[in-house]
Amino acid sequence: MDNYPALIVIAPLLGAFFAGLAAWIEKRLSYPIALAALGLSLFSAVNVLIQVIATGTIQYRMAGWAPPMGIEYRIDLLNAMVLVLVSGIAFLNLIASYKNVIQETSDRAESFYVIYLLFVVGLLGVVATGDLFNLYVLIEITSLTSYTLIALGDRDRGPLAALNYVFIGVIGASFYLLGVGYIYIKTGSLNMMDVANILSGIQGSTTVLVAFFLCIIGIWIKMALFPLHVWLPNGYTYAPVAFSRVVAPLMTKVMVYVMIRLMISVFGFDYIFTELNLGKAVVWMGTIAVLAGSIMALSQKNLKKMLTYIIVAEIGYMVGGAWLANELGMTGAILHIVNDALMTFALFLAVGNIVYKIKSVDLPNLKGLFGKMPWTMAGFVLAAFSIIGVPPTCGFFSKWYLVLGAFEAGAYHFAAALIISSLICAVLFFKVFEICFFESESKGHGDPHSTVIIEEAPISMLVVSGLVSISLIVAGLYSGTIVNTIILPFLR
Amino acid sequence: MADFLALIVAKYNYWLYIILMMIGLYAMVAKNNLIKKLVGMNIFQTAIILFYVSIGYKTEGTIPIIQNAHGGHGGHGAIIHAADYINPLPHVLMLTAIVVSVATFGVAMALCVRIYQRYQTLEEDELRMRLSEK
Repeated sequence: MDNYPALIVIAPLLGAFFAGLAAWIEKRLSYPIALAALGLSLFSAVNVLIQVIATGTIQYRMAGWAPPMGIEYRIDLLNAMVLVLVSGIAFLNLIASYKNVIQETSDRAESFYVIYLLFVVGLLGVVATGDLFNLYVLIEITSLTSYTLIALGDRDRGPLAALNYVFIGVIGASFYLLGVGYIYIKTGSLNMMDVANILSGIQGSTTVLVAFFLCIIGIWIKMALFPLHVWLPNGYTYAPVAFSRVVAPLMTKVMVYVMIRLMISVFGFDYIFTELNLGKAVVWMGTIAVLAGSIMALSQKNLKKMLTYIIVAEIGYMVGGAWLANELGMTGAILHIVNDALMTFALFLAVGNIVYKIKSVDLPNLKGLFGKMPWTMAGFVLAAFSIIGVPPTCGFFSKWYLVLGAFEAGAYHFAAALIISSLICAVLFFKVFEICFFESESKGHGDPHSTVIIEEAPISMLVVSGLVSISLIVAGLYSGTIVNTIILPFLR
Repeated sequence: MADFLALIVAKYNYWLYIILMMIGLYAMVAKNNLIKKLVGMNIFQTAIILFYVSIGYKTEGTIPIIQNAHGGHGGHGAIIHAADYINPLPHVLMLTAIVVSVATFGVAMALCVRIYQRYQTLEEDELRMRLSEK
């Protein structure tokens, strides 16, 4: 079928419409509709990936208008891979979140599903589109839905965290919009390919320079690169867990994808690394982000908040890797988009299970958790190992590429930061393991021999959690295949 | 100095949008009341909309509707100069951007209502005090 690229985005969009409509008739209908829509989207994304690997880039013209006038969906190997990732995680999360949503948003579950679908529409559209202005609109769809979903979370702090996110998010998106305006002044086009062709003929233009900085800074604000990260930890911590475990792995990673797309497909490596020679400065920013994120994670008392600071550090990995200006670094950064999305998802799935049973993720409340929730914790341990970078989990391989790239570029400080951050993550997670494993809750009850009752999360959550944790090892073992069939052909 | 002034006068639309944008940014950063911050945010977004509108404008240009273009006669063979018509594309893009900014404003107002219901205040320093009490 030729229309798969459009179907990826349109299925959840129509799904959102019908899920909202069906909720008027019968509230229970919206969940299966949402699930079906995301399933269809995932199916189309997988088909598109297979098609792209077999036949090369797909150019899909919206309503038959030819670019540069019409809007084009341009799916190459990189988008196809990220599309599968986004739709897959969104689909799996919806399966796992059924009970979380009912527990946390009780009477408003159906509106949660509608906004959740719209959020996924935004993400998928951002990844699929080949048009700069279309990208802005879809980024705003994603942001608007995430503001509302964050506000559905913690009653005391959710709306405040969301409002802070609104202010910073608007600044970020507006900067990007301004940058697009300057690109339009200089090129008269909004199609990425067309803009890239025109820009390659323009040298030493101040307008292009301004456009470049505005776009990149706007995207950096949206992806929470340190020190532009202030909105992220509160926003993701106080969101309902069903949402924070989809926004945490996907939102920032999709923004990293946008940055890489702008670097490769719009401005071009020659412009960024040869003409502006920005590589070194940004790799330093990445280094600082990695260290700052890891150190701030150390001082957190809340498991969810600790993980959000780890995301800030991971953003540093990908930004630094992408700006190393060599193939190994870029390979590492792209591979890390996939791996980090999976690892963060696995961690937050475990957090979701814990929240469902214990209602709190403050570290002191997690005592004796290994006894109570052995399967959840097994998934958590595997994901933690992957974040630390223990082979054969996937986290190790992308870090390996990043470190190799750093050595090739002579950026020893970045390599050192990667290793230090791995050590800090090891300290962090073993602190959590110690609390969950060695300290028993039943100390105060006077009967140390009482058997621990296993209170596991529902089976749907456990299955998804287990599946994703196992996929960490599978992705690790097959990382060579991913690099050779997708990333290297894309970069060459 | 005269050159600089001439530069400002020649490109006054850019200077105006930057001044507006900075006013908005100042309000977002410096004001204590959340609603005032929202107004600043709106000024910030409007500045960008004005920037786009101004780049589509041409002196002496008219609205881009070609007379008698329907019916296959294509303006009766008269030569159409692009310079006579303003560029409609940036303006059309701004329709979408206006929708986005209205939606953002609406969501932000709704969040303010939630915050007010919970804390009975919209002053940021008071909110911070309430939060640190807990």
